[in-house]
Amino acid sequence: MVDTELYPDQVYDLISVIPDPEIPVITIKDLGILRAVRIEDEEYIVTITPTYTACPAMGMIEDQIKEILSERGIKKVKVELTYSPAWTTDWLSYEAKIKLKQYGIAPPNHSSCSHMFDASEKVICPRCNSKQTELISRFGSTACKALYKCNSCKETFDLFKCH
Amino acid sequence: MTTKEATYTYALRLGDDALILGHRLSELCSRGPILEEDLALTNISLDMIGRAQALLKYAADTENNGNTEDDIAYRRAENHYYNHLLVEQPNGDFAHTIARQLLISVFEYLFYTELEKSRDENLSAIAKKVTKEVKYHMQHAIDWTIRLGDGTNESHKRMQTAINDMWMYSGELFEMDEVDQYLFREGVAVDLIPLKAHWQNRIQTVLTKATLVTPEDGYMQTGSKKGVHSENLGHILSEMQYLQRSYPDAKW
Repeated sequence: MVDTELYPDQVYDLISVIPDPEIPVITIKDLGILRAVRIEDEEYIVTITPTYTACPAMGMIEDQIKEILSERGIKKVKVELTYSPAWTTDWLSYEAKIKLKQYGIAPPNHSSCSHMFDASEKVICPRCNSKQTELISRFGSTACKALYKCNSCKETFDLFKCH
Repeated sequence: MTTKEATYTYALRLGDDALILGHRLSELCSRGPILEEDLALTNISLDMIGRAQALLKYAADTENNGNTEDDIAYRRAENHYYNHLLVEQPNGDFAHTIARQLLISVFEYLFYTELEKSRDENLSAIAKKVTKEVKYHMQHAIDWTIRLGDGTNESHKRMQTAINDMWMYSGELFEMDEVDQYLFREGVAVDLIPLKAHWQNRIQTVLTKATLVTPEDGYMQTGSKKGVHSENLGHILSEMQYLQRSYPDAKW
C-alpha cells in the first residue's frame, strides 16, 4: 500500500513506536526525542532533538524514521535536528519511568532539575527497592546514565540522570 | 568585519576548544587510573565531540561555501585553529588532567551560562544544552581536585604542581579581541572581563578546600586567537587528521 496523503499527526504516530536504540524498552516518543512532524513544500519534516549533544543514536533514529516511512510509500522526508528547547528528563512520561525501572534502570528522581544532582541524593534500587544505595560514578555506560550500587542486593545498576 | 564573518570566527573558536579538548580526553580511553574514571573521562570527551559537531556545523552553515563540519574539523592547518592553549596541553599525570579540567570547566560553566542570553538563537540554543553537560564536568573536576589536594602527601604535591603548571594558560581565557568586542556590542558574544572575578572566586574556593595554594598571576601565555599555538597542537593534529590526510574523502 502506498500512502501519499497522510496528515502530519498520522506520520507522527507511525514513527512514534521506534524504540530508543540504547534503551529499547522505551520509544523515541516516550523519551521526548521525537518533537514534531510538519509538511513543507510537499515534504514531511520530522524534528528530533538529542538527549545529549553527542548522542550517538541520532543517525540510527534518522535511518529508522526514513525506513518506516519508506515502507508506507513516503519518500520525501527530511529529518531535522534541533537543540532548542533543550531536552530534559521532565519530558519522560510516567509510563516511561515505569518501563525504565522494570528494565533495571532507576528512573530520574525529580520532575524538574535545575540543580546539580549530588552524591548524597537517595536513589532507589530498581531491583530490590532498597534505599541503601551509593554512587559509584556520575558517568555510566552512556551519557545519560550514572553508575550506582545497591548495598542490600549487592547489584550495580544505572540511574537515568536528571537532566 | 560583518556580523556573519565575526559569528563564523566565534563559533569556530568555541568549536575548536571542544574538538581539541575532546581529542585530548579521548587519548585517555582505556588508560584511566580506574575503570570508573576511564568511563568518566571518555564520557566527557564524547560530550566535547558532540559540542564540537554542533558548533562547527554552525560555523560551516554561517560560512556557507560548501564546507561541512568534518571539512572544518579535519582540513585546516595548525595556524588556522583557534582553541585556547590550555585545552591542547598534554594529559600528563592524572593531576595535570584534572587541573586542566578544573580551570577550563569552571570557565566554560560561567561562559556558557552567559551565552544562553545571546541574541544569536543558534548559539543560545547550543549554550543551553552545553550548560547542562558542563555542570557534570565541573563537578567531576572539583571532586578530584579536593580528593587529590586533600589526600596523601604525594597526591597533594602533584596536584599543586599541576595547578602551578597550568596556571599560565588561564589568562588567555579572558582576552577580548576585535571579534569578541564586535559581537558583544551586537548582543551575541559574552563579555569576558567580568567573568574573570567570578572564575577566580570559584577556583580559589575549590583550591582552598583542597588545601592547595592559588598561584599568583605571573607571566601568561597567549596567541591562540591569532592561531599561534604551543608545540602540542601539531602533534594532536598529526594524529587526529591522519586518516583524512592519508585517504581524502574516506567514508565509513
